[in-house]
Amino acid sequence: MANDELQSLDLGYDPNFVPDSVKTFVVHLYRHIREKNVYEIHQMYESSFQSLSERLFKDTPWPSVDAVAQYVDNDHVFCLLYREMWFRHLYARLTPTVRQRIDSWDNYCNLFQFQSFCQYRAKMKNKNEQEIALLRQFDQAWNVFGVLNFLQALVEKSTIIQILEQEKLGLEQFTANDGYDYNGGSNVLKVLGYFGMVGLLRVHCLLGDYHTGLKCLQPIDISQPGLYTIVIGCHITTIYHYGFANLMLRRYVEAIREFNKILLYIFKTKMYHQKSPQYEQILKKNEQMYALLAISLSLCPQSRLVDETVNSQLREKYGEKMTRMQRYDDEAFAMYDELFSYACPKFITPSAPNFDEPLVNYNQDAYRLQLKLFLYEAKQQQLLSGLRTFLKVYSTISLAKLASYMEVDEPTLRTILMTYKHKTHAVDTAGKVISNADVDFYIDDDTVHVVESKPAKRYGDYFLRQVVKLEGVINEMDSIKLE
Amino acid sequence: MGREPAKPQQQGQETDYTVDQLVAFNRYNPDIFPDLENSVNEQTYSLESNLCLLRLYQFEPEKLSSQIVTRMLVKALMAMPGPDFSLCLFLIPERVQMEDQFKTLIVLSHYLETGRFRQFWDEAAKNRHILDTVPGFEQAIQGYAVHVLSLTYQKVPRTVLAEAINIEGLALDKFLEHQVANSGWVIEKSQGRGQLIVLPRNEYNDPILKKNTAESVPLENITRIFPILS
Repeated sequence: MANDELQSLDLGYDPNFVPDSVKTFVVHLYRHIREKNVYEIHQMYESSFQSLSERLFKDTPWPSVDAVAQYVDNDHVFCLLYREMWFRHLYARLTPTVRQRIDSWDNYCNLFQFQSFCQYRAKMKNKNEQEIALLRQFDQAWNVFGVLNFLQALVEKSTIIQILEQEKLGLEQFTANDGYDYNGGSNVLKVLGYFGMVGLLRVHCLLGDYHTGLKCLQPIDISQPGLYTIVIGCHITTIYHYGFANLMLRRYVEAIREFNKILLYIFKTKMYHQKSPQYEQILKKNEQMYALLAISLSLCPQSRLVDETVNSQLREKYGEKMTRMQRYDDEAFAMYDELFSYACPKFITPSAPNFDEPLVNYNQDAYRLQLKLFLYEAKQQQLLSGLRTFLKVYSTISLAKLASYMEVDEPTLRTILMTYKHKTHAVDTAGKVISNADVDFYIDDDTVHVVESKPAKRYGDYFLRQVVKLEGVINEMDSIKLE
Repeated sequence: MGREPAKPQQQGQETDYTVDQLVAFNRYNPDIFPDLENSVNEQTYSLESNLCLLRLYQFEPEKLSSQIVTRMLVKALMAMPGPDFSLCLFLIPERVQMEDQFKTLIVLSHYLETGRFRQFWDEAAKNRHILDTVPGFEQAIQGYAVHVLSLTYQKVPRTVLAEAINIEGLALDKFLEHQVANSGWVIEKSQGRGQLIVLPRNEYNDPILKKNTAESVPLENITRIFPILS
């Protein structure tokens, strides 16, 4: 089908025409890459590539790789890189065909000189006609498997998990050296392995497997800056999926804390990224994370965890909606629905369509299921918001009195109080209880005692960071020689 | 990468590796289907391996066995207060969740999630054929009930406890006797209103025991400044 599509397609442009400015661009980029001039490479990709795209390739692809190869000595690696840029431009500005989408995945794998995926594919070719026909049907499924296996292999082969463990023990430096070691070894495999873990978190979230996603990211200490924070796109992707997975697991405090940190960071630094090709994406994820923060805070009103700047942005964007979400009526659930739908990842249904049944679009199935289960959770918590308002104004209150205020009978009140406790105390796989309670209480016979929670500030971590910073300053001063 | 499941050498001797090890090495390998399904039928429980199996079903829905998934969900209920049940539901296609036995289990989970133990035990009694397939179901749910009560109460009326764990009369006396001897429970007589059970204090039902986590710094954070201190 893809071939027919291509043949019947009137391109309307000459894919082999190379304008002079493109010629200059590839020649320079090729030279800078050979000379390992990181600064220039970065400049060319971040700004020259963008401005040329804007000027010459607004609605057509860049010249084909075959057309530019002659200007770069037909260099294999450069051509792979050029193709990757070609595809990125295509995805960003135009609508790729099926063929192009498949090719881009091939190129992506080739780029890393990674053979296992190809071997795995080649193995399939040894199978008989019937099997191939079957596999072709399941192409989509195999592709997701392919991605997962690919990422998993990167993580394993790079031994990144062991490296990070060693680092925690102070036996190895990884983060501080961007993955390079003292012997001048390459950091490519290690860094690929590192980002492979971020990739695994992402793909698992898209499948709805939040537990495994978080488990894949576990070797990275998210509370500290690390390699993932160096590239802003990666930093945002990591925190977005990490926060979302925690939200789905009812670990609201963790979600709020990380969303707050990254939103503050974006707020402070976004002007530096205005020219970046990722800028649009940064803004989109920024808005989505505000929506997720609004949801998290509606279910777990711990606004003291949120910085003032972030909070004022949040009120501006979602203040009114958040007030309505507190009411837990039909309109409130419509708000939860709206915000969740806007901010959730684009979930995937990995199975192939059933060819025997009438063809229906099933690409929304995964999203609908996650939405439904999320709203179900929100409904289970609908009486907690009312309970909170009473707990906040009393230090002790009898069950009978509280029941009459909430207009329920006493046994029902007891179930609501237990629901509150259960929903605000998540239990991790090790059986450890994590409290997300904003207001807490205990019951002694038939009296509720409210416990005021005090804000916890992490001084220890702050001081540790300052010690490291000071050491850096002192070292720098020591290295200055006064004449 | 080979598609054959990576197992230790002695194939066939299943006791040589655990299902968790198998999952760790073959997280995305459809060839471990049978091992994963077998593990659901055994007495052991592994969330990792169950999620792995559900993920594989996602890719090949025609292989999904209702019997296996039912058993898995019953075990996930037994893992309360852990989030296992919803973690499984996130991965089970909606049309499968429409089957009767799954609807029943979802209702049961709903009662547990919202602390409605009376309704839970009533509904459970009507569905013994689903739940009795896994031994120890009642004890596991009683464990969850005690967990929630311990988060909520310092002193709980005997009747409230009885309803939550679905034990009454002499059997309850026996249960209490056991808890008094082993778990530090105390029975108090309140004037004319039946027994009051004093549950052990923990940081969730007693503000005094609440640990100030802000004061403590994990050791691995401190190791970062070791080179500087030396």
